[in-house]
Amino acid sequence: MRLTDLPLRQPAYVDLIDWNALSASDGQRLREFGLCEGASVEALHHGGLLGRGPIACKVGRMTIAMRRNHAAAITVRTGPSDSDL
Amino acid sequence: MTNLPLIALVGNPNAGKSALFNALTGARQKLGNYPGVTVERKAGRFSLSDGRPIELVDLPGTYSLNPTSPDEQVTRDVILGRQAGERLPDALVVVVDASNLDNHLRFALELIALGLPTIVALNMVDLATRDGLELDAHILSRELGVPVISTVAVRKRGLDHLRGELESMLDGSAGKVRASAEQRDFEGLRREARRIARAAIVRETPSRRLTAAVDRVALHPVAGLILLLALLFIMFQAVYAWSAAPIAMIEGFVASASDAVTAALPDGLLRSFLVDGVLNGVGSVIVFLPQILILFFFILMLEATGYMVRAAFLMDGLMAKVGLSGRAFIPLLSSFACAVPGIMATRTIADPKDRLTTILIAPLMTCSARLPVYAVIIGAFIPARTVALGIGLQGLVLFCLYISGIVGAMLAALVLRRTVTKGASGGFLMEMPKYQWPRPQDILLGLWQRAVIFLKRAGTIIFTSTVILWVLLSFPKAPEDSGISQVNYSVAGRVANGLNLVLAPIGFNRDISLALIPAMAAREVAVSALATVYSLDADEDEAKLERSLGDRLKDNWPLPTALAFLAWFVFAPQCISTIAVTRRETNGWKWPLFMIGYLFILAYVAAGLTYWTATALGLG
Repeated sequence: MRLTDLPLRQPAYVDLIDWNALSASDGQRLREFGLCEGASVEALHHGGLLGRGPIACKVGRMTIAMRRNHAAAITVRTGPSDSDL
Repeated sequence: MTNLPLIALVGNPNAGKSALFNALTGARQKLGNYPGVTVERKAGRFSLSDGRPIELVDLPGTYSLNPTSPDEQVTRDVILGRQAGERLPDALVVVVDASNLDNHLRFALELIALGLPTIVALNMVDLATRDGLELDAHILSRELGVPVISTVAVRKRGLDHLRGELESMLDGSAGKVRASAEQRDFEGLRREARRIARAAIVRETPSRRLTAAVDRVALHPVAGLILLLALLFIMFQAVYAWSAAPIAMIEGFVASASDAVTAALPDGLLRSFLVDGVLNGVGSVIVFLPQILILFFFILMLEATGYMVRAAFLMDGLMAKVGLSGRAFIPLLSSFACAVPGIMATRTIADPKDRLTTILIAPLMTCSARLPVYAVIIGAFIPARTVALGIGLQGLVLFCLYISGIVGAMLAALVLRRTVTKGASGGFLMEMPKYQWPRPQDILLGLWQRAVIFLKRAGTIIFTSTVILWVLLSFPKAPEDSGISQVNYSVAGRVANGLNLVLAPIGFNRDISLALIPAMAAREVAVSALATVYSLDADEDEAKLERSLGDRLKDNWPLPTALAFLAWFVFAPQCISTIAVTRRETNGWKWPLFMIGYLFILAYVAAGLTYWTATALGLG
């Protein structure tokens, strides 16, 4: 499931990030925000009146905002974490 | 250049670096610029317990030593001793947010690896406790191999401890930077940071988070937008409601000073210079200090509480539609205070086209220099009555002027992004800091710095423009009994009469044309210029002299002219500082000239449409 489709406030883990879909600097910024395969992630808010706005999500202990095209590059899965990254 | 030991404060954005900087240095701060770049250098001094003075520099927040924007580059270059105009720091204080250890420790490890004497300030431990997190600073210190001190900068906790550590550190060996080549890869640092964070966390209990609760409302697509509009509306109402008493005080002071000068000096050139030029001119601008401070108070509060990023989140949908980055909202909102720091703040926008568009539309945000112009016209022409539910008509008109600027900016961005600044659409990637209640001293310090800047402007740019205008208006002297007024006979009057040929169709009279020329220096000068014009004119008629500028305007201008004048100032690029900073940020004259051109055309059209519509509706 993509991060864009993750229901709000349902804890999940990052499965895969399609780094090629992101620009180099956006990719670096996401890494610096702690986004990596295995990181815990939770969608908190969808912005915009028509659901086309950005997404606020919790990554680890940090809350970050990103546009939908970024979130679409992130595949998540729900359920327990299988590794201790 | 001083030779005091230099300590650099460095850390992630939102780690509470600035609060720690303010807590350590107090009001002893100096704002400047690094040579060649427009990144602000924020430095201050403080003393160690033995009285030794230390220079502290607050570096721009960054997530790693791998910069993505010009201000992050300064941070890296200072730390590596490569920044022109800055010596290599003798020690680093790495500020780390206690509740975001995983992330902030990665950068801290990167910094510690450089080999400079380093202390880690484990900041905002109170907020971490609020979130159910308990940390052991000793374990952290052991794992990192450097001293770790728990601080709560906003409550001044841990500062003495920090000073003590710095003292013993500076007595030790001098620092040198190790080659950055031996740094570990990103992934390795991340794993190491996570391991250390795990070790240092004693207890972690899920607790009700204040931030999450507030965000449910503040980020809600409907409720959040209503809240944002309500906040902005309250802000503009307060600009009027809270300022009446202090303004009356300043007016009273200027009036009594005028009376004193008039009584003390014989009628003549010197008296005219002091009363008409200096007191009436500069005084008419200083009167707006309370309103400008109220505006800055709100903007500082929005920033310090962490709400500003939420506003950017809410507005991102709209920003995306006009082709801007959501991040652009923050420079644009600070442009409400002043476009110069706003344009400088665009340096955080990575995409060049995105950034250029934001620079070009920033002057459309209603800056505080327009406030004197709006306030004097609204005060004179819009009746101070209540429309409904305690909403004043004057505040409502002011609100509409701000909205006009915003709508104009959005439309301009839409057009620019499809024509001259065409390119890939911007992104929006931002950390959302926790809400926190700012320390009153930090807000007061910010207001104090703004007040000083404003009064300096009043004393320099505004004073000089006003004095030059007074000279140009006073000479040559109109011959007695010629029937020609002094203003019309003067150099300035003749120039204005020429300019008025162009401006008359949009309802502007000679006095407005006259005021617009010196107002190129700064918008507020329009007010002081009008005050000088009517003050000189009134000399011929003693009865008029007693009347305020607002009353004089009301005597001389029809309502459509006043409205057109307001519309003009929504768009007109009348500010030398803005033009200069645009030239510096875009490396040339091409874009500032483009900006001046399109904004003057917009101003002319908007003023014209307003005048013709108002006249057609019979408001004249």
